[in-house]
Amino acid sequence: MTINRGKVRWQCRRSLLELDLVLARFLEQEFDCLNDGQLADFEDLLRCDDYDLWAFINGSKPCEVTRWKKIIARLSQC
Amino acid sequence: MNVAKRTFDALIVGAGGAGLRAALQLSEAGLKTAVLSKVFPTRSHTVAAQGGVAASLGNTTEDHWHWHMYDTVKGSDWLGDQDAIEFMCRKANEVVIELEHYGMPFDRTDNGKIYQRPFGGHSMNYGKSPVMRSCAAADRTGHAMLHALYQRNVRANTQFFVEWMALDLIRDGNGNVLGVTALELETGEVSIFHSRATIFATGGSGRIFYSSTNAFTNTGDGLGMAARAGIPLEDMEFWQFHPTGVAGAGVLITEGVRGEGGILRNANGERFMERYAPNLKDLASRDVVSRSMVTEINEGRGCGHDKDYVLLDITHLSPEIIMKRLPGIREISIRFAGVDPIKAPIPVVPTCHYQMGGIPTNYKGQVVHPKLGDPNTLVHGFYAAGECACASVHGSNRLGTNSLLDLLVFGKSAGESVVEDFKAGQLDLKPLPDDAADMSIGRIARLESQKGGNAVGEVRIAMQRAMQKHASVFRFKDLLKEGVTHILKVAEGAKGTYINDKSKVWNTARQEALELDNMIEVAKATMISAEARKESRGAHVRDDAPDTPEHPNGRDDENWLKHTLWFSVDNHLEYKPVRLKPLSDDVEPIALAKRTY
Repeated sequence: MTINRGKVRWQCRRSLLELDLVLARFLEQEFDCLNDGQLADFEDLLRCDDYDLWAFINGSKPCEVTRWKKIIARLSQC
Repeated sequence: MNVAKRTFDALIVGAGGAGLRAALQLSEAGLKTAVLSKVFPTRSHTVAAQGGVAASLGNTTEDHWHWHMYDTVKGSDWLGDQDAIEFMCRKANEVVIELEHYGMPFDRTDNGKIYQRPFGGHSMNYGKSPVMRSCAAADRTGHAMLHALYQRNVRANTQFFVEWMALDLIRDGNGNVLGVTALELETGEVSIFHSRATIFATGGSGRIFYSSTNAFTNTGDGLGMAARAGIPLEDMEFWQFHPTGVAGAGVLITEGVRGEGGILRNANGERFMERYAPNLKDLASRDVVSRSMVTEINEGRGCGHDKDYVLLDITHLSPEIIMKRLPGIREISIRFAGVDPIKAPIPVVPTCHYQMGGIPTNYKGQVVHPKLGDPNTLVHGFYAAGECACASVHGSNRLGTNSLLDLLVFGKSAGESVVEDFKAGQLDLKPLPDDAADMSIGRIARLESQKGGNAVGEVRIAMQRAMQKHASVFRFKDLLKEGVTHILKVAEGAKGTYINDKSKVWNTARQEALELDNMIEVAKATMISAEARKESRGAHVRDDAPDTPEHPNGRDDENWLKHTLWFSVDNHLEYKPVRLKPLSDDVEPIALAKRTY
């Protein structure tokens, strides 16, 4: 099933300003270039708890899920 | 137009701490309860609250709710309503212990009690010495609280409508509140949520300022809906600012950085706080530091191309100390300011943090408005709690840890009021007017049909810059006056917003346009209320109302010891008295005095 990109965009709304800012940059710079597989990984990653997601992005907590690692690396650059 | 309708006993808009606490009260009482939320509940901004929740448990040091009440009234600069403040401080232990029973993982003392830590503004013996009153779960109190409340709501079978955005409040010809219209983001369809009782718990509106610590979701939706439906907004001139947000991003740099030796400097490299607070210097209170920073910027000693920020310098600390004690701050500075604080100072500005005003309520969470000479007439069927409401417990300035307490106490209280009113047979399901959904459908139709106009993002930035320039942490007579004209012009522009994307489902551009409508209401309320209040009080500090023997701290109780009410329909203001009498005879009123620490 095709994932609606608008839905994923909305799910970038988070509880922490830090995440909102990083995800906003990602939406602007990278999001439109994601292929369907990458989009699915990104949507899956967005299900994480906000503090975990922030810790993955800032590197303070290692991510154990292999398929998320590439997208986290791209988020970390935003 | 045929609009789908759902019917409930109780409807809650917002699933942060206040909404979830209210929902629990209703669901556990057996009422058919719906909660609408724009985002998944555990992504509400309550998650960002770190400090703790105040309660005079006295687990670590002696404490009493009388002292907590005194601190809160003093913190409010006497603008808080003493009946609501008594209610909140007396209820604090109960709601915290309830939360403990819901599974909230509070920090513990060695003997197993809830550990309590000191926090600014909280004292024992009426200001004599610091008290340990803040109950915390490490530095993630809001996060732990929201998860505990959400899980409890799932257990209580609360029905959640997630990724639904409430659009407008529905009132009948007599002013009774009958529910809301809401947009399901997944389908783009508008529905009516018809309810006996409606509770707003939509949080704050801090995104109206250019520099804000608030997450993007804090767009004041409840305030916008209430204002458009004719409900006044109370005390909107009072906003709490944090001195050190990263310039251009807003992310908070904790006071702990200055505690570790961080120094504020102007464009000349001068440690300017030595001039403003010779003893405490960079560790002076938040409001003093913020005003000093703004004065430096206004007098041309700001940094950068636009001279619009100052610098927080920790380069004199050893890299080892920075890496060990402030690793999170280094990460934030590198990411959001592009500066490694080991090598260069961090650009910072006073940043909007919390909204003290809101939808006027009494201590029971019932929304009130002026009618036939009574400023506290109930609005039938309408309740509000948390940051969107004004009970008023924070008055003109909130104490840290009282916001999480506010949402627990008044979330529960609003829920209890609905249950009581329901059981008393006072909440009949009143018939919907034929035009119940017309306003919302009209707003969406305009966005669909609008050809050309103002980009939503541009209007939002114009609003945010106007608020930052004219109504920030330190206010000036002429700037406020110009600000009113400026914001009304921006508001006119908001009526003609245009979106390129006309699609129906998951249209984030449309959602942002609808949110902007709400923020504009809050911005107008703030600017107009602030321009009108000619004194300084709490967080509202005017250059032309300085500290004098006649008016200590610039406060003018003779003329301004009153709550502001702003009405959207014609931007007029009314005022109502502050409730200086506590709820019971168990405590004496806290007499007016100069607020000093």
